[in-house]
Amino acid sequence: MTHIAFPTPDPAILSRRGEIVAGLAALLPAECVISSEDERRAYETDALTAYRRLPLAVVLPRSTQEVSAVLAYLCREGVKVVPRGAGTSLSGGAIPLEDAVVVGVSKLNRVLEVDYPNRVARVEAGVTNLGVTDAIMGDGFFYAPDPSSQLACSIAGNIGMNSGGAHCLKHGVTTNHVLGVKMVLIDGTVVDIGGAHLDAPGLDLLGVIVGHEGQLGVVTEATVRILRATEGARPVLFGFDTSEEAGACVADVIGNGIIPVAMEFMDKLAIEITEAFAHAGYPLDVGAMLIVEVEGSEREIDAQLQRIGDIAKRHNVRTTRQSQSAMEAALIWKGRKSAFGATGRVADYICMDGTAPLGQLAHVLKRTGEIVAERGLRVANVFHAGDGNMHPLIMYNVNDPAEQAKAEDAGNEILKLCVEVGGCLTGEHGVGIEKRDLMLFQFTQTDLDQQMRVRAVFDPKWLLNPAKVFPLDGRGGGLSAS
Amino acid sequence: MTHSPATESDLAAIVADARAKKTTLAIAGGGTRAGLGRPAAADAVVSTLALAGVTLYEPAEMVFSARAGTLLRDIEAMLAEKGQSLPFEPMDSRALYGSTGEPTIGAVAACNISGPRRVQLGAARDHLIGLRLVNGRGEIVKSGGRVVKNVTGLDLVKLNAGAMGTLGVLTEVTFKALPAAPDSGALVFEGLDDIRAVACLCAAMGSPFEVGAAAHLPAGLGDAPARTLLRIEHVPESVDYRLDRLAGTLREFGTPARLSHAATRKIFADIRDVAPLAEPRDAAVWKISTAPAKGPATVAGIAAKIAATWFYDWSGGLVWLATPALGDCGAAAVRAAVAANGGHATLARAPEATRRELDVFQPLAEPLMKLSRGVKSSFDPDGVLNFGRMYAGV
Ligand SMILES: Cc1cc2nc3c(=O)[nH]c(=O)nc-3n(C[C@H](O)[C@H](O)[C@H](O)COP(=O)(O)OP(=O)(O)OC[C@H]3O[C@@H](n4cnc5c(N)ncnc54)[C@H](O)[C@@H]3O)c2cc1C
Repeated sequence: MTHIAFPTPDPAILSRRGEIVAGLAALLPAECVISSEDERRAYETDALTAYRRLPLAVVLPRSTQEVSAVLAYLCREGVKVVPRGAGTSLSGGAIPLEDAVVVGVSKLNRVLEVDYPNRVARVEAGVTNLGVTDAIMGDGFFYAPDPSSQLACSIAGNIGMNSGGAHCLKHGVTTNHVLGVKMVLIDGTVVDIGGAHLDAPGLDLLGVIVGHEGQLGVVTEATVRILRATEGARPVLFGFDTSEEAGACVADVIGNGIIPVAMEFMDKLAIEITEAFAHAGYPLDVGAMLIVEVEGSEREIDAQLQRIGDIAKRHNVRTTRQSQSAMEAALIWKGRKSAFGATGRVADYICMDGTAPLGQLAHVLKRTGEIVAERGLRVANVFHAGDGNMHPLIMYNVNDPAEQAKAEDAGNEILKLCVEVGGCLTGEHGVGIEKRDLMLFQFTQTDLDQQMRVRAVFDPKWLLNPAKVFPLDGRGGGLSAS
Repeated sequence: MTHSPATESDLAAIVADARAKKTTLAIAGGGTRAGLGRPAAADAVVSTLALAGVTLYEPAEMVFSARAGTLLRDIEAMLAEKGQSLPFEPMDSRALYGSTGEPTIGAVAACNISGPRRVQLGAARDHLIGLRLVNGRGEIVKSGGRVVKNVTGLDLVKLNAGAMGTLGVLTEVTFKALPAAPDSGALVFEGLDDIRAVACLCAAMGSPFEVGAAAHLPAGLGDAPARTLLRIEHVPESVDYRLDRLAGTLREFGTPARLSHAATRKIFADIRDVAPLAEPRDAAVWKISTAPAKGPATVAGIAAKIAATWFYDWSGGLVWLATPALGDCGAAAVRAAVAANGGHATLARAPEATRRELDVFQPLAEPLMKLSRGVKSSFDPDGVLNFGRMYAGV
C-alpha cells in the first residue's frame, strides 16, 4: 500500500536520538528501554505488515507512574508517541513513526481484581483479551468482546480500537463493556475515569476514549464488565449453495426478532482455506456457510435452533450440522478464529472491515466479488454477518507493486460501496493509516474538524499517534481545541 | 423568546446568530425534565418540538432514526407495532418532577435516560449509534451512523449522550432497538434488610439466567414490607423455567412469591419512574450510582446523618434517595458517603434556589474538569448552548 503517506520525520528530533534515549534510560530500568536496531525491528509494524517504520526507541514501562514519567518527559521534549498494545492492529494503528517513541504496555499484564458481586474485573491494560476470560472462566464468567485475535491482542488495543468479535452480536462491543480506565495524558497527568459504577458523572469522556486509536492518552488500567455464562451454548453450521442465500438468511433471522449470540459468515474460498488449516469439519461442498450460535438451557437452545432452521430452509439451506459435544463446538470456533491466519499462509492479503446495513448485505457481497474479479484478484469473505460487518480478504502478492495497488484500489472501492449503501468504513478494526485518507467519503470536513478539536483538548501539541485517523491534509480546522 | 426551527439549517442559523450577538440559548424538548440540572439563565429558548418525525425505520435491522423532537410515545408505539422496544427502558420523569408535556427522543439521548433494564442491556448511550447536531458554532456535525458496528473516527455519539445539550443541539438520533420480550415475570423476596437484599440481587445477576432487572424496595415505602425483585423477560416457557431455576439458586434468601406479567410490568414501571419517591413533592431526591455491593454502605452512611427514604435498582448500584429539601438537601452527607464508597451522585430534584447554589452533578477531579471544559469549548467556544446547566463554565 505504497500510496499511504507518512509525514516527513522531523530531522531535529532524529538528530537528538541519543539524547532522547538517554533521557528515557534515566527514567526506566535498562530492560524497559529498547534502543538497538535489531530489537526495535520487532516493533516496526503491526498486522498491516505492508508498512514499516523503525521507531526512535521503544519503552515498556511497568507501572502507571513509569508511563507518566515517560510521557511527561517526551511531551516536554516535543517528541511524538505511538502507544502500543500487542501490535495486532489490522489498520496500521500501532505502526510507528521514525521520529516517535513507541510506548508499549505489554509489561502491564496483570489481572488486578476480580469482583463477582459487582460483576467487574480491574485489569492492567496490557493483559490479553483472553487473559481476562481465562482468569474468570473457572467460575463460569467471561469477558464478552472476543476478537479473533484474542489470544494475542491486549485490552489496551481493544479500547484503542473499540474492538468487536463474533459474540458481539448479542453482547455488544468493547465500548459497552468498559466501565472505567486509568489513563495518562500526554503531559503525564494521570486521570481516573469511571469505575465499578454505571454511567458518567458529567460528560461521558469514557465514551470518546474507547475507540480513540491511541490519540487521547495512554491507557494503563481498565475496569471491565464480566458476564456470567448462560447454562449452555451450541454452534450450528448451515451450508448454502450461494453467498446471496446465506446473506439473505442472516437478514431474515434478525428480521424475525431472533438474536443469536453469534452469526458468522464464510464463503467457499474462506471455507476451503480454513478447513485445510484447522480441520474444523466444515462442509466443503457448499458455496457459503453460516456459523450460528445460540445459548440458554438445552430446551431453549433446541427451540431457537428449530426456528432458525425453519428460516434457513426458506433460503434453501443444503446442509445443517449441530455440534454434538463441547469439543466439536470448540473446533468450530477454532476454525473461525484462525481464518485470517490460515489465509495468510496461502497468500498476502488485505483485510477490509466495512459495515453494510443487513438489507444490503447480499448486494454488497455480490459487488465485492465483482470489484475484486475485475482487477484479476481473489477474495475470501469471512465476517460477522449478524451485524453486517464485512471482512473481504483481498489476496495479492506483496512483492508485486502493481498487484498491491490493484488490491488497495479494490479495497477502497468496497469501502466506498459500504458507505454509499448506508454503512461505514470500519466496523471494528479502526481507521489507523489504512482508511485515513478515505475519511472524507464518510464525513464532511466540518465533522472531522469537530473530532480533531476534541482530540486537541487531550493532546494540544498533536504528539500522540499523530499520523493516524485524520487525513494529513486539511487538518488546519481542528488543530487547536477551540 | 422561543425559537421553534423546523429544519436543521434554520436551527444552525439561529445558533450562529446567537453566537454572533453574544447571546445564549436554552434548549427545550418536551420540558418534562426542566427540573434537572443547574438553572441556567439564557437569553432565549430554542425548542426542538418542530424538528419531529421518524426518518428511517428498518424493522428487519432493528434500527430507527428520528428527529430530536419526535415524541417518545410515538417511537414506542411505532416499535411496539413490530414487536420491538427500546432496550434501555427509558424513565418517564413526569412522576418525579410533576411536569407535564411529552418526553422527546432527543432528550432521551441528550440526558442518557435509562431504566431498570440498564443493568443487563446497557444505557441509552449503549444503543445510540448515530446522531446529528448543531454545535455552538452553528455548524451541523454528524457522528456514528445507522449500523451498529462502526468505529470510524472519534465517537462523538457517546460524548453527547448525557451531555444535556451542553455540546450541541441534537437534531436527529439513531437508535438500535431489540425485539420486545413477549412475556415477563418476577420473583419477590419479602422482608430482607438492605445488605441481604443486595446480596440476593448480586447473586441473581451472577446466575446464568439473564436476570433483566434487579431492584429492592425497603420497608417504609408506603405500607408494604421490604420487597426484593428479580425480573426475567423472555418467551413464556423460558420465563417460567428461569424463574424456577433462579428461585432454586437463591434458596438461602427465602421462598419468593411470583409476579404475573402484568404485575411485573406495573411494579417495574413504578421503579423506572421513581414513583415510590415522587411524594412528598417537596422532598429533594438524589440519584446515586455506585458499585452494586456498595449501595447499602453508601445509604447507611447517609442515613446515619440525615432523614432519608430510598430504594435500589441496578442490582443495588442505583440508589434513589429522598430527603427533606432543607439547607443543603443532605449534600454534605451524600457527597461524603459517595466519596467513601465510590461512584457519583446527582441532585435530581430540588428547589431551584438550591440547585443554583449547590453542585447538582458530581464535582469532578480538576484534571477531568479541565478536560470537560476543553470539550465544551471545542463544541461551543462562546458558551451559547445550555451554558452552566451541568457545571459552572461547561
Ligand atoms: C488474525 C487477526 C484477527 C483479528 N480479529 C479481530 C476481530 O475479530 N475483531 C476486531 O475488532 N479486531 C480484530 N483484529 C484486529 C486487532 O486484533 C484489534 O484491533 C486489537 O484490539 C488490537 O489490539 P492490540 O493489543 O494488538 O493493539 P495494537 O495493535 O498494539 O494497537 C491498536 C491501537 O490502539 C492503540 N493503543 C494500544 N495500546 C494503547 C494504550 N495503552 N493506550 C492508548 N492507546 C493504545 C494503538 O496506538 C493503536 O492505535 C484482528 C487482528 C488479527 C491480526
